[in-house]
Amino acid sequence: MVLNQASLKRDGVQDYVSLRTSAIVLSLYTLFILGFFLVTPVVTFEIWQALFANIFMKVFTLLALLSIAVHTRIGLWQVLTDYVKSASTRAVLQFFLYALAFGYVAVGLFVLWGA
Amino acid sequence: MNKIVFSIYRYNPDVDKAPRMQEYTLDNPEGRDMMVLDAMLKLKEQDPTLSFRRSCREGVCGSDGFNINGKNGLGCITPLSAAGLKGGKIVIRPLPGLPVIRDLVVDMSQFYTQYEKVKPYLINDGKLPPAGEFLQSPEERAKLDGLYECILCACCSSSCPSFWWNPDKFIGPAGLLHAYRFLADSRDTATEERLNDLDDAFSVFRCHGIMNCVAVCPKGLNPTKAIGKIKSMLLNRAL
Repeated sequence: MVLNQASLKRDGVQDYVSLRTSAIVLSLYTLFILGFFLVTPVVTFEIWQALFANIFMKVFTLLALLSIAVHTRIGLWQVLTDYVKSASTRAVLQFFLYALAFGYVAVGLFVLWGA
Repeated sequence: MNKIVFSIYRYNPDVDKAPRMQEYTLDNPEGRDMMVLDAMLKLKEQDPTLSFRRSCREGVCGSDGFNINGKNGLGCITPLSAAGLKGGKIVIRPLPGLPVIRDLVVDMSQFYTQYEKVKPYLINDGKLPPAGEFLQSPEERAKLDGLYECILCACCSSSCPSFWWNPDKFIGPAGLLHAYRFLADSRDTATEERLNDLDDAFSVFRCHGIMNCVAVCPKGLNPTKAIGKIKSMLLNRAL
């Protein structure tokens, strides 16, 4: 899956499955965070930090960040191939948008495991 | 007598620099509802230069697909009352996304090219030829219902944004409905070959389930459902 997502040529079935599985992860993560805010009367810095100190939460967050990267990579490729017909312009846009998506994952890693 | 105002797209590439909308007025007897095509034939009597396709005038040939008040449909089976009025007028444009040859006549080459890609005919390797005709059980035959009725009017494909943006790569709802018609046929033996031809990022998977095709199909068919079945077949094969 990782190799496929990194390849230049798109695969319809793979993209279809990846979009949906990443969407499921993102939905679960969103529901979890919403649930956390609902069941926690006052969210202090200590409570928030304690939540993310848990290894389960770190892994779940990393999975969500990777899901965002996969989801945006496929989704943006689909949007760009619809609306940007010049291959060179599309390549430049894709490079910057994918770099941004990678940046989110990298920053997330530092936040989760840094300090 | 009711007066009905029509605003119709006019464009002759040989003469006109740009398309324009032309207004026509038609007298419609009180209490009488006619089809959009009948009204247009009367308008053509007023102005013989108005061009559009039509043939069977009963929803079978699929020639008179127009964009009527923003929604694709067949002129011959759309009553004026159902078309409604948009700003007090009935606005008729050519099917969207296809090159205009003249007025409401569009070039359907791209549509037919995509249709041709799905090999819309029965392929049988003949390894187990029947003694007589190819027999199907009622259950096998029932799988073709909702698929074989397509008349290729292009109302669906020309209402599909995915087809507008990628008419050269995305098969489109009409072509895919026909593709599934043969994938679902118990007499067809080219299932693998057909799926191989469709297994890329554009041919089928450019369908994002917008469902404009379902909303406009004059025959009440559901191309999105057929496309979903093709996606499932491709998925089952890959997993």
